Amino acid sequence: MFRFIVRRLLQLIPTLFGLSILLFIWLRRLPGGPETAILGERGTPEMRAAIRRNLGLDEPILVQYGRFMRRMLQLDLGTSISTKREVTTEFLQRFPGTVELTVMAMVIAIGVGIPLGYLAARRRGRFLDHASVAGSLIGICIPVFFLAYVLKAIFAESLGWFPSSGRQDPTIEATRVTNFFVLDGLLTREWDAAADAIWHLVLPGIALASIPLAIIVRITRASVLEVLGEDFVRTAEAKGLTESTVRRRHVLRNAMLPVATSIGLLTGGLLSGAVLTETVFAFSGIGAFVADSISQRDYPVLMGFIMIIAVMYVLVNLLVDVSYSIIDPRVRVR
Amino acid sequence: MALLEVDDLSVTFARRGQRTVHAVDGVSFSVDAGEVVGLVGESGCGKSVTSLAIMGLLPKQPGLRVGGKAVFDGTDLLQLDDRSRRDIRGRDIAMIFQDPLSSLNPVIPIGLQVTEVLTRHRGMKGEAAAKEAAELLDRVGIPDPRRRLKEYPHQLSGGMRQRALIAMAVACRPRLLIADEPTTALDVTIQAQILELLKELVRDSGTALVMITHDLGVVAGMCDTINVLYAGRVVETARRRPLFAAPRHPYTVGLLGSIPRLDSGRGERLTPIPGSVRDLLPWPDGCAFAPRCTRRVDDCVGAPPELVLAHDDRSYRCVNPAPVPGREPDSAFAPQTGAVAAGASDAAAPAEAASREEESA
Amino acid sequence: MTITTGKKGEKIDRLAELAAVRDDERGVSLWQEAFRRLRRNPAAIVGAAVLAVFILVAIIGPFFVPYGPTDSIGIREGVVKSGQGLIPGPSGDHWLGYDHQGRDVFSRMIVGARQTLLVGVVSTLIGLAVGALIGGVAGAAAGLGGRWGRWIDTVLMRFVDMLLAMPSLLLAVSIAALLGASLTTVMIAVGVVSVPVFARLLRGSMIAQANSDYVLAATSLGVRRSRIALTHVVPNSLAPVIVQATLTLATAIIEAAALSFLGLGNPDSAVPEWGVMLADAQPYLGIRPALAIYPAVAIIITALGFTLLGEAMREALDPKLRK
Repeated sequence: MFRFIVRRLLQLIPTLFGLSILLFIWLRRLPGGPETAILGERGTPEMRAAIRRNLGLDEPILVQYGRFMRRMLQLDLGTSISTKREVTTEFLQRFPGTVELTVMAMVIAIGVGIPLGYLAARRRGRFLDHASVAGSLIGICIPVFFLAYVLKAIFAESLGWFPSSGRQDPTIEATRVTNFFVLDGLLTREWDAAADAIWHLVLPGIALASIPLAIIVRITRASVLEVLGEDFVRTAEAKGLTESTVRRRHVLRNAMLPVATSIGLLTGGLLSGAVLTETVFAFSGIGAFVADSISQRDYPVLMGFIMIIAVMYVLVNLLVDVSYSIIDPRVRVR
Repeated sequence: MALLEVDDLSVTFARRGQRTVHAVDGVSFSVDAGEVVGLVGESGCGKSVTSLAIMGLLPKQPGLRVGGKAVFDGTDLLQLDDRSRRDIRGRDIAMIFQDPLSSLNPVIPIGLQVTEVLTRHRGMKGEAAAKEAAELLDRVGIPDPRRRLKEYPHQLSGGMRQRALIAMAVACRPRLLIADEPTTALDVTIQAQILELLKELVRDSGTALVMITHDLGVVAGMCDTINVLYAGRVVETARRRPLFAAPRHPYTVGLLGSIPRLDSGRGERLTPIPGSVRDLLPWPDGCAFAPRCTRRVDDCVGAPPELVLAHDDRSYRCVNPAPVPGREPDSAFAPQTGAVAAGASDAAAPAEAASREEESA
Repeated sequence: MTITTGKKGEKIDRLAELAAVRDDERGVSLWQEAFRRLRRNPAAIVGAAVLAVFILVAIIGPFFVPYGPTDSIGIREGVVKSGQGLIPGPSGDHWLGYDHQGRDVFSRMIVGARQTLLVGVVSTLIGLAVGALIGGVAGAAAGLGGRWGRWIDTVLMRFVDMLLAMPSLLLAVSIAALLGASLTTVMIAVGVVSVPVFARLLRGSMIAQANSDYVLAATSLGVRRSRIALTHVVPNSLAPVIVQATLTLATAIIEAAALSFLGLGNPDSAVPEWGVMLADAQPYLGIRPALAIYPAVAIIITALGFTLLGEAMREALDPKLRK
């Protein structure tokens, strides 16, 4: 298993290398060039010139790329134009909120999607099947930010069941440990603070979960249907195993393989969705910050976001690969 | 008293806006305890559907109707509820399938796939189950069974996989074993080994065996009684020797004539059956084989031919059967072409069947 | 099946004939059969109907709109004062009311259909063209084999994997950073997002075809490579590409709306596009939520139309589902 993980990590190097080249080219092509990207707009012409010299923009392109890579590896992303603070600091501060939100969304998407997809497949052609297929189609077709607005208007503003914005009620005096509000509440045994933080996650979580949920339902359904027709399920039935054993051991386990792959592919979209959802719910995470940066043309922040997404994507897919190889022994051997 | 008595079994698939398909159309046969019975026929003749219907394993779908009876040891399997059926499956009646790779769960080890039967029907768990599973693998000729228990299907060869499937099937010493084309997906040399293993297991344990195959070579080497199926019905039933010596139904004659033989002259041609299984007449309109039959007469059409009971426990469903060699053919029922009788009148069993068409039933 | 001819012998021959005819029917082409099954699928009918209406409105609708889509008629007449929260709703003259700049919403929706269709089609074509090029080259290189062939294939596919790893929004942001916010940016960004899908699809399909038994059979019969490509590989790859294009049209329209929402679309809303209209309506949600609901519902219905038709086509063309 260890060797497998190492090999997968090594395979990621060319991809990350390619990404860094693209990022480098992108940075150089930006209006204002890299000095703006690093300095922000605050620089005077003299400072820019100094930076250009410091950056060695007159040096050969390969040397410049080397410097760029070193800065990236040191997580030096420059200063945000709008907040005038280190981009890395800004991100570290906002990261926990986005992680909580995406985890919430994935919990909803997986927790509802897999059982629903399974039931739809078992009741093929009946009401539940048609309803979940139709529901998942609509889920894919609703723009995330519009769904977020609708949820907010109905369940927060009209009915008042859920808070309409933020990560936690500001009147709650919560102790900060990790900046993961839910985790903080649990660690410090401030149960009401944790509950309130979870409460704030519900609506944005549902909005963000809509697309992954729809996709997971569809893939689970298709995959279960395919596995139900497999010969080995017939063998299991021929052995006289109870229905629940057949279901758990033979159907679900095999049906999870494509679902696991799709979950890995969904992460990228999830972070895009977070930008939209956080904006609507004024949820202070990376997404809302990035949405502001887009309108402010805050390039250092955007570049940092690209980096974070790349790393997240790599990690999540590694996790998916590992769990895939746990479910499917055939992958391990190859 | 027969162990399994299948009586007028029928399976129909009705689909909205499409013709109803009679996959099995009144199949009757019986299996005595310890007997090896063959169900032989081309693809699409309903032999696999028959076995799945007996086991209650037909995929549930709207429009599926199963009629008739399948009485096993006094109980009609078709009338049982799902739970009682699950109790019988794997314990009293077990089944082996055609493609050993796709019939094994790829993501769980062989060991669990064997022990789960033991746990379900014999209540064995843990080390006891593992020990028994290893013994089972050993019994079906898998070397180093302890290690194999931890392996996955893809790590085994085709023959080993089929042996593992057989081990799962015989785990509870069933009284009846149904083998659906158990050797079709295997190499010829492995085929012989697997058939030998099945023969041995059946002989040692007194298990009755239903062999489903399109391969007359398999039948010739194993079965006591043979049922030939065509278009969802049994068209001829006979003990092995009489069937090969003197097939009466023109379809059986045709099947035997389609096998190349070593002892035939070099210039001699095979006599294939013209047409395909799809060129059939619905049974109520006459003999389904009539459109392809070389012994066809006017009486073949109009009503389905009655079952003719002959001496020697044999029966056939034909109004103009092939003559028994040594006797003059009835002049009134002269065959329309002379080709068939020549191939059929020859007696001995085929040497080694080589017509292995791909069967996807 | 009942036959009423006199003699039984003739009856059998007739039956054999019937059987033979049925055989011929089975020989209908993949496309014909797919089309037949498509017609029987209610989802396909609904999807096709929605799209027919949408495309019709997009093409001829703008010629019949009652008001100019950029004409701030409400402000000129003094009925719209969005600063004071005065945006009148539907009336006999203005079926869907005014927007915040006093323009006729109904006219803007009709003209917006054309813009939305344009964005969807252009960005899908960008994705299709670039993706097919990359996938085709990679597939051909992999098919040719050899060290260079495999190398080209690997490099191209690594690049595609990288694109696949990038969230669409991020690509759009990066492209907008270079090109500035405009409808063109949106179309390019949305198009680039679908490049990896088409590239992988075409490459996978080409490799599968190249390894298929019938291509081997055709090659062994001495059929020329170009002819094999034309008669086997292209038609067989075409079906999944068409299906994917239909599905991509749906996502393209939704993605475009999201980019407009983030301010990456056309900065001035003179050209009505549903995504832009939806984005523009955000500040007035409290006063007139309908301004957001019209374009949103239009986007959802159109996307559903494309998705339904695409899914139905996929089902109809899938040989595995054919029975």
